[in-house]
Amino acid sequence: MKGLMLFLFLMIPYGVKAVEIREFPSPDQQTRYERLIDDLRCLVCQNQSLADSDADLARDLRDEVYQIIKSGKSEEEVIRFLTDRYGDFVLYRPPLKPMTVLLWGGPFLLLTGALVFLVSHARRRAVTTVSALSETEKSRLTQLGLDQPDSRP
Amino acid sequence: MRYLIPLAVFVFMVIFLGIGLTLDPREVPSPLIGKPTPAFSLPEVSRPDETFTQERFKGQVSLVNVWASWCVSCRQEHATLVALSRQAIVPIYGLNYKDERDAALKWLNGLGNPYVASAFDAEGRTGIEWGVYGVPETFVVDRKGTIRYKHTGPVTPEALEKNILPLIKQLQAEPV
Repeated sequence: MKGLMLFLFLMIPYGVKAVEIREFPSPDQQTRYERLIDDLRCLVCQNQSLADSDADLARDLRDEVYQIIKSGKSEEEVIRFLTDRYGDFVLYRPPLKPMTVLLWGGPFLLLTGALVFLVSHARRRAVTTVSALSETEKSRLTQLGLDQPDSRP
Repeated sequence: MRYLIPLAVFVFMVIFLGIGLTLDPREVPSPLIGKPTPAFSLPEVSRPDETFTQERFKGQVSLVNVWASWCVSCRQEHATLVALSRQAIVPIYGLNYKDERDAALKWLNGLGNPYVASAFDAEGRTGIEWGVYGVPETFVVDRKGTIRYKHTGPVTPEALEKNILPLIKQLQAEPV
C-alpha cells in the first residue's frame, strides 16, 4: 500500500513543461517569454499551451516567440505575429469583438438570469408558506403562545 | 407547467450540443483568407537551383497543397490530387513542409507527381507564414495571388466536388 502511494505520488508531474532552456539578455525578457508561451494555445494539441505542448509546431512557434522577444520587441508584437497567421484561436483570452460579445457577456447574463429566478422563486415560496398554515398548525401556535408576533418569549 | 421549464432547458441544450457535434474543432478559420499569399523564396524540391516565390501564383487560379512524405493523411489524398492534375483544370503547386529532399523525391517518383512544382520548406518557416498547423492543407489562390479558401485535412473527392472545384470555376470565370 505504501509502495503504491509512493508510486502514485511520483506519478504527479510537478508542472513539467516541454520547454527548452533559453537564454535572454535580461530576466525581464525571460519573464515575458514564459508568460507568453503559457498564455498562447497550441494549434496541434488544442488543449495545451505552447509551453505545455511537445508538438513539433509548438516547438517551432516557441522558437519564433523567443526570437521576437529576444530582438527586444513587445508582447503585443508576438501576439500580432501569431494572430496574423493563425487567428484569435491561439489566444486563450479572445479579444472582445462583436463575435465574442456573447462569450464574454454570457456568464453575466446567466448570473443575472439565475438571480432574477432565485429572487422571484424565493418570494413566491415565502408567500405560499405563510398562506399554507393549516387550522391545526394555527391552534398549535396559539397553544404555544406564538400566534402574536410580540408574544414571543 | 412544472415540467415546462426543465423541458425547455433540456431542448435548448440538446439543440446547442447538436450544433456542436456538427462542428469540427480541428478546423481553425484562417485569418489569411482574402489576404495576399505570404511572401517566400524557397528552392524547388526537384530542381534545387530554381527559386520558387509567391510570384508564381499570379496570372492564373492555382491550388497550393502543403504536403510532406512523413504525413500519413497526405498519402490518403495523393491519388485525388494526381487524378485532378490529369484533368488539367487547375495547376497544383506544392509546399513540401519540414521534409527531407530524398524522402520527398522518393514519394513523388513512387506515387506520382501532381505538382507543377513544389517549394522545399525544410525548416517550416514558410509554413508558419502560411498559418500551417496540420499537414495536409490546401489553399485556393486567385489570379491576383490572393488566398480565397483553405481546406484543412486530406482533399477528398467530395470536398473537391462540393467546395473546391466550384470555387475554382467561379474564380476562373472572374474578369481579369
